[in-house]
Amino acid sequence: MDRRKSLKALALGTVSAGLLMDACKLADKKEADKTIVAKEDNSDNPTGINRMKEEMAHYKEETSYTFFTPEEMVTIAVLADIIIPKDDVSGSATDAKVPDFIEFIVKDMPEHQVPMRGGLKWLDLQSFNRYQNAFTDCSQQQQIEMVDAIAYPKKAKPEMQQGVSFFSLMRNLTATGFYTTEMGGKDVGYMGNQPNQWNGVPADVLKQYNLAYTDKELKECISFS
Amino acid sequence: MGKFQIKLQPKKYDAIIVGSGAGGGMATYVLANAGLKVCLIEAGPMFDPAKDSNQLKNPWESPRRGASTKFRPFGDFDGCYWGWEIDGEPYTQAEGTKWEWWRARMLGGRTNHWGRISLRFGPKDFKHKSIDGLGDDWPISYDDVKPYYDKIDKLLGVFGTNEGLVDAPDGIFLPPPKPRLHELFIKKSATNIGIPVIPSRMSILTKSINKDRGECFYCAQCGRSCKIYADFSSSSALIIPALRTGNVDLITDSMVREVLVDKEGLATGVSYVHKPDMQEYQVSGRTVILAASACESARLLLNSKSPQHPNGLANSSNVVGKYLHDSTGADMGGIIPELFDRKRYNEDGVGGMHVYTPWWLDNKKLDFPRGYHIEYGGGFGMPLYGFNWGIENLNGTYKIKGKQKEAGGYGASLKEDYRYFFGAHLGMAGRGEAIAREDSYCEIDPNVVDKYGIPVLRFHTTYTDYEINQAKHMKETFSEILHSMGAVITWGGDDNKENNYGLHAPGNIIHEAGTVRMGDDPKKSPLNKWAQAHECKNLFNVDGGMFVSQGDKNITWTILALSMRTSEYIVDQLKKNEI
Repeated sequence: MDRRKSLKALALGTVSAGLLMDACKLADKKEADKTIVAKEDNSDNPTGINRMKEEMAHYKEETSYTFFTPEEMVTIAVLADIIIPKDDVSGSATDAKVPDFIEFIVKDMPEHQVPMRGGLKWLDLQSFNRYQNAFTDCSQQQQIEMVDAIAYPKKAKPEMQQGVSFFSLMRNLTATGFYTTEMGGKDVGYMGNQPNQWNGVPADVLKQYNLAYTDKELKECISFS
Repeated sequence: MGKFQIKLQPKKYDAIIVGSGAGGGMATYVLANAGLKVCLIEAGPMFDPAKDSNQLKNPWESPRRGASTKFRPFGDFDGCYWGWEIDGEPYTQAEGTKWEWWRARMLGGRTNHWGRISLRFGPKDFKHKSIDGLGDDWPISYDDVKPYYDKIDKLLGVFGTNEGLVDAPDGIFLPPPKPRLHELFIKKSATNIGIPVIPSRMSILTKSINKDRGECFYCAQCGRSCKIYADFSSSSALIIPALRTGNVDLITDSMVREVLVDKEGLATGVSYVHKPDMQEYQVSGRTVILAASACESARLLLNSKSPQHPNGLANSSNVVGKYLHDSTGADMGGIIPELFDRKRYNEDGVGGMHVYTPWWLDNKKLDFPRGYHIEYGGGFGMPLYGFNWGIENLNGTYKIKGKQKEAGGYGASLKEDYRYFFGAHLGMAGRGEAIAREDSYCEIDPNVVDKYGIPVLRFHTTYTDYEINQAKHMKETFSEILHSMGAVITWGGDDNKENNYGLHAPGNIIHEAGTVRMGDDPKKSPLNKWAQAHECKNLFNVDGGMFVSQGDKNITWTILALSMRTSEYIVDQLKKNEI
């Protein structure tokens, strides 16, 4: 297997790895005839990733309905952008379509449904008590005041504790939804997920932490010059 | 469903192999390359990593961003179909038992997603009873198996280094990858307190070994299975090459129901249900080789009752299903403040640890009889579902760029916190040897069948102080290592006697073995030293079931070596018409 060829083709992402395996060209028809292999029906797979048929059926089922109401989705979007706003490094949670992720994930993980729906309701009731408006109808300053009361678990008042739990969940889901996007991955600086040659910790980083490879490691480990 | 009938496959094979994981894949490879005609039956669907792997997919290509599901418990991109539960295929537990049973259903089985950790047994691992009086000795020794370890090192490829350690024997190794940053930290501190840290031994090709398989390109996604076959999967390295010989008929999506015998009690073939049409089939062979995984093979034997074998096939010893044991497991993790806000670079490496710690102490001086090794994790992991979940537990505890913040929060300040902590976490896990006991077993549940009408297993397992004390020691060791590196424990530090020091439930480590063990005495073991049934000479078992004990070493490499050894014996015996 020519490594440079395989790296290049995979990096382009256009070539199926099956084509790279010359030796595995089961163009040997006799092999195909002799296997009694159930045909995996993937014609139905809209997802773009490898799925078993049971996974596809499950995905169809859970995407066949909408959970959050349009009003709830607006509140989610406002909260998400308070949690992850646009800054000088990257865009906001709504730029990264986090609310759509949250809509899907509560159907995929039903244990989030009651805490999210109940939490959103709790928030609107709190806002109404304070400002005579649902959360999204409040002014920006009022919204921030409201969030400040539930965003800090260690200093929130005891009667705000349910709101703290809700906001922590909302923060967790927003962060998960954001940092698993292309925008979020770039923001946090994840540089992996591509074919490369691991030649060890970069020299300047070794120096920074006062570390070095031993002679044994330099001799025995795989090196790329 | 139409009229009930059983269809007979017309061809008679030299061998029917049940299960396509490590043991079954190796048997298929050896027999097919020796010119024998093989029928390989796999319960799950076809899977070819070259076509079917989710390798190099981005997190956002999964709607759940890589989160776990019941279909793929290790994550949405993981290379294993099914796991802890399978729709329509229940199992049961005796009162007081918590057994967690992993079942893969795909060509190649669990070898598609396994950790690639490839550790030979050492000489003592075959003779522990002679050393500490517990369990039983194997009927074979390291010297019997060494030639096969050497062969598979070369055939399949494994990286590592020769360290001259008797209990972690030398092999024929490809070069290992250089340690990552957190691994250098671990190595420095652990070595200082007398705990060895050496290059890991993984079945990943850092150098090309043949024209059929590629060379690793360090994406750290071995668990998704490798599109260029640069890591070991039974499908990639054994079955797909075996198919090319033209000697293998592969039947997928088919659950074997029973092994059939003649009036002499010899195996004649198997019956199976083909899932796509839910029809019954039978196929004949001169030998039957079981490799469906330790518990499934035991289940098959117990369900194969006949007048010649009233207690289940090859089971007049009543031992099939017994001596069930798994690796022990306990873990701990933390954060290294020295690594906050660190420089970014591609740190993926291979799909797992570049270093590990082999067992280093003398059990005679400790309150538990067997050892464990330590696996390490950490670094810049791909952001996936759960990324930095619970940041409110971190960002008020440490100053961030010199600023003391209030835990939790939101906004641009929060984004700064996520950047600050990325790549500063690490974890360690112990994997140890449990004692195989007769009273730890699986049996057929008298009341329950699965959706195919096959009676299911009921488990009876517990751990004893042999394992619990070992887990306590693991926790103490991890704590020492983490403190010595200036790390702060963030999880796994609160376990104590009440929860067995965080010892995972048996089965959870997915190294189950012992249920169809080998031994010289037919009254105490279903198999002889060739993994051949004492009472049915054309029946074999080459998965984890054949193990007498499992050392403190993940069992896959030994499954492969023993399966090769048994398969060569089968070829020899078939050619001589001895079976």
